[in-house]
Amino acid sequence: MSRRPVPSILPSEITAPEVYASRRRFLTGALAVAAASAVPPALAAASTGPVGRELGAHRNAALSTTEPPNSWEDVTGYNNYYEFGTGKEDPAANAGRLRTAPWSVTIGGEAEVKGSVTLEDLLKPHPLEERVYRLRCVEAWSMVIPWVGIPLGDVLRRFRPTSRAKYVAFTTLRDPAQMPGQRYPVLDWPYAEGLRIDEAMHPLALLAVGLYGRVLPNQNGAPLRLVVPWKYGFKSIKAIVRIDFTERMPATSWNRAAPNEYGFFANVNPAVDHPRWSQRTERRIGAGLFAARQPTQPFNGYAAEVAGLYGGMDLARWF
Amino acid sequence: MVLSADLLWRRLGKPLVFAVALLPLVLLALRAAGHGAPLGANPVATLTDALGQWALRLLLATLALTPLRILTGSPRWLLYRRMLGLYAFFYLLLHVTMYVGVDQRFDWPRLLEDVAKRLWITLGFAAFVLLVPLAATSTGRAQRWLGARWRRLHTLVYPAAVLGCWHFYWQVKRDVREPLAYALVLALLLGVRAWRAWRRRAPAPAPAASRA
Repeated sequence: MSRRPVPSILPSEITAPEVYASRRRFLTGALAVAAASAVPPALAAASTGPVGRELGAHRNAALSTTEPPNSWEDVTGYNNYYEFGTGKEDPAANAGRLRTAPWSVTIGGEAEVKGSVTLEDLLKPHPLEERVYRLRCVEAWSMVIPWVGIPLGDVLRRFRPTSRAKYVAFTTLRDPAQMPGQRYPVLDWPYAEGLRIDEAMHPLALLAVGLYGRVLPNQNGAPLRLVVPWKYGFKSIKAIVRIDFTERMPATSWNRAAPNEYGFFANVNPAVDHPRWSQRTERRIGAGLFAARQPTQPFNGYAAEVAGLYGGMDLARWF
Repeated sequence: MVLSADLLWRRLGKPLVFAVALLPLVLLALRAAGHGAPLGANPVATLTDALGQWALRLLLATLALTPLRILTGSPRWLLYRRMLGLYAFFYLLLHVTMYVGVDQRFDWPRLLEDVAKRLWITLGFAAFVLLVPLAATSTGRAQRWLGARWRRLHTLVYPAAVLGCWHFYWQVKRDVREPLAYALVLALLLGVRAWRAWRRRAPAPAPAASRA
């Protein structure tokens, strides 16, 4: 690990200094834990840095948080993606066998333009944007992630949804040969998610193809995933192969699996607890062993932008 | 011959069991210090989970000694029962400390709410509470002082183990294969005891003479 040739790019040029500082804090904390053992910390936790093809995106500063992003290692090494296993490190270990090219997406339902479209054709008309979003997992941990993608609404409008299109349903690839986790019925495969059409058309809803300026790693949902930053992470479906416009609220995977625990809307809400744990606080990944939990914000801090979508709705009932 | 085997079980076996049971903690401490596999992006969760699982494993190991005695006919397995039981409690104490101190930072109102409202934490807490008097009365002196009551008191280990497995089962989000494996092992260990009790009772038919 430590006997590597000196890289031509300094890690400090890739990773934000704040992230570095937090890593140092973590190492310091770890050292305190092992005060009894007289060995110094190894550089095992040091950065390997982002890898993958660079995408060339301009940052949308207006829609980005200024909070320091999590390290590449945290974002690509700690994932919930049951298609590749239920452990947090399973996706990084098992997602390598997924073939992301060629890739196409089938559009169906209440729209004038339907059928299969290649990923290239789907993306072509839209300039790529970088957006730094907070991500809040329903398990009460959070990250800050610099996504690269295109506004979902701009893409959906090209298919000219009809007046009957009240919802948008998304489906993940189903192929147990490439996604070994699908050999077990942990969830009802393929993974399915959905949004109300006004949620889908909201400027914050993003179709992501990249991370840290580079093409999305498989474990993060390559080649095409949803990012809905005001909702719990499980709404942000990965490896999308189908988009359907529907009149009725579509069935969604976690809601089907445990309807009393996971609602269709799944908006981040510190006032509505998960039946088995509190949602009032969250643990920010990368903050270190001895960092305090931080309070969870309504709509994950995007209330000013999205609360209007839910005017008059009882958010405790429509959790 | 008997004496030397006894020495082997005592003089060699005890330090060996002590070292093996301590090893997981040493490895976790080394990992926290940056040696070996890193604790990952969420070290608090990694440590809490690992300590809880080791507590449960060691509790099951403790409960495996009586079945081993029954199956092998050798009472020597019980030499390690107190040590393994105390180790299980030690890991459980560290697990609880991680949750109460490191994760929740002694936020008592919040912790009380967790214990009261969240059934899986209630179960885990109940298991912990049941094991406290057992750890406290693990000494030979307490054993002599309590006499016959000691044995009765220490049957609390069975509900505690059931609660521990249940706590793990309700903690996982969806993939219950691992907690079910623990529950299966516990069922086997309790099953051996039930089988023995049934066999002892079965051949004696009509006169329901009470046994001392």
